[in-house]
Amino acid sequence: MRILVCIKQVPGSTNVEVDPITGVLKRSGIPSKINPYDLYAIETALSLTEQFGGTVDCITMGPPQAKAIIDEAVCMGVRGGTVLSDRKFAGADVLATAYTLSQGIQKVGSYDLILCGKQTTDGDTAQVGAELSEYLGIPNVANVLSVDGVQDGKLVLTVNLDEAIVSLEIALPCLISMDADINTPRLPSYKIRKTLSADAVRFLGFGDFEDQDPEHYGLSGSATQVERIFPPEKVSEKQTITGDAQTQTDALLTLLGAHKML
Amino acid sequence: MGKLVIHHERITPQNASELVALCPFGAISYETGTLDISSGCKMCKMCVRKGQGLITFTEDKKEVDKSLWQGICVYADCAGGTLHRVTFELCGKAKELSLVTGQPVYALVIGYQVQACAEQLLHYGVDKVFVYDHSAFANFRIEPYTAAFYDFIQLHKPSSVLVGATNLGRQLAPRVAARCRTGLTADCTMLEMKENSDLVQIRPAFGGNIMAQIVTPNTRPQFCTVRYKVFGEPTPSDKSSGEIVKLAVTEEMLASAINVLSSREKPKDVDISEAEVIVAVGRGAASESMRAYARELADLLGGVVACTRPMVESNLFDAKHQIGLSGRTVKPKMIFCLGISGAVQFAAGMKASDCIVAVNTDPQAPIFDIAHYCVVGDVNEIVPKLIQKIKGVS
Repeated sequence: MRILVCIKQVPGSTNVEVDPITGVLKRSGIPSKINPYDLYAIETALSLTEQFGGTVDCITMGPPQAKAIIDEAVCMGVRGGTVLSDRKFAGADVLATAYTLSQGIQKVGSYDLILCGKQTTDGDTAQVGAELSEYLGIPNVANVLSVDGVQDGKLVLTVNLDEAIVSLEIALPCLISMDADINTPRLPSYKIRKTLSADAVRFLGFGDFEDQDPEHYGLSGSATQVERIFPPEKVSEKQTITGDAQTQTDALLTLLGAHKML
Repeated sequence: MGKLVIHHERITPQNASELVALCPFGAISYETGTLDISSGCKMCKMCVRKGQGLITFTEDKKEVDKSLWQGICVYADCAGGTLHRVTFELCGKAKELSLVTGQPVYALVIGYQVQACAEQLLHYGVDKVFVYDHSAFANFRIEPYTAAFYDFIQLHKPSSVLVGATNLGRQLAPRVAARCRTGLTADCTMLEMKENSDLVQIRPAFGGNIMAQIVTPNTRPQFCTVRYKVFGEPTPSDKSSGEIVKLAVTEEMLASAINVLSSREKPKDVDISEAEVIVAVGRGAASESMRAYARELADLLGGVVACTRPMVESNLFDAKHQIGLSGRTVKPKMIFCLGISGAVQFAAGMKASDCIVAVNTDPQAPIFDIAHYCVVGDVNEIVPKLIQKIKGVS
């Protein structure tokens, strides 16, 4: 089975703030890492090939520095990966991101199974996987808890569908998004890191793609526009309960009584 | 849909470095003597607003004829055979939005033997309920559901589509939006309508510490997803109004590579999103004794215990108990936040609560910005004392 895992480089921390007066984001030199949700997808892919044979590659879209997460994935046991990087991809929303990925995937090879994480920690949309599968014209399933079997070109999956746990069969090729906390992702291997070669990472840009209409990528290809960003609002009517712990608990007790909680 | 234009003739090393510093995403560089915007650009347009005109935004005029797209459609999630309650909340919001443009409110039902669901929706102020009813829709499978949804959009051209951010909605909405080549904004926490029928979609962004106001100006329909309990549930009217319209299901819609083998109901756990009282613990209340006190307090108040994301990540709690963007959205009558700093991801999941009480040693903790009652103090001291006092009362 040829498996491709879609991964993303995300900030190592999401502790950013907006200056309420200037409206400027306060940015600090925060390190980047693989989106933690993607690690479950990588682990699923690696254990599938260990059981059933095959290969695992990965792909990402981002600035050239995103190479670092391909290296990280290779250290976990992935064969190699591709960074889709081009200035023309800048400002992409979900629609344009999914389209760019679909163009890149068609370029890097044909795959039986495409795996995604549940969502990213920076965008938090959980939408790219489903849109990508639409562009690739393959079926998709999200919130997959486990891959229970592979046979006759089909996967048997256990899926978390809101009020129900569903067992289903899906024909390959397909795209599945793994739920969080479904396995224990393996640690990167120090041995592999020592022998890491530059060949494992391939870069593709706009010029490499089949669709050469720049209007389909980045901001031009995006349907949504950010009109403005602003700091979250703060409530004005609030009461501070002061005093020592004794006084404070008395006040809390009165509060509970007033709210008919006792 | 527009692009950023750098006015290179006015760029000097001085103002270039200011622009570089201005970009919150580090996407502007000035390395080879020319100013460059990299693929890290998120189009927040900070550089346009604050960049003294050195970078401007030009919009391409490719606008769709918005008058051809009429109606605010709510996708009615009824995969379990009954309507998910987020549907009613969205109907209420859709009705509110429709007052601005006078557009009709639609509900779209896809399922098998869903007549009762359709009739129920007539009590929520929708003008028309469109129904695709077929045994092939008995289980949620992405291709038939997408096909029916897309068929409806082509037939009735709604301007906006509101989908509940259930596990089902989060797969279906993006798939249909991509087929329509249109925009989709996930997990909106506020929705407003402009007179030109542009839907203003507001959601926490960039990890949740800022809010982004998003529009889909040049394509229709405009898709958004909204989580359960973000909007209030309207009171159903006694009388039903509006009509049910059955739509034809064709063979082409039904092809699928998915075969559902079995489906069982999830074991009924404590559902924190339904609780009226919640005692939530964060890193400042992570000790074993403190967690036990939190449970005791919750028991005394007839509530449940919940937690922040770091608590789940350190395996102290099951993910089902997590409040926030990546957890549950809760709206209890009262919530105690013990030792919780109050990151916006957490706040987004609970700030609609009727009464928020926060106990934290750090007076600067952001939780105090949203709390109604702020107690600067040590949870280890206050909570056991409070438990004693509650026991004394009863």
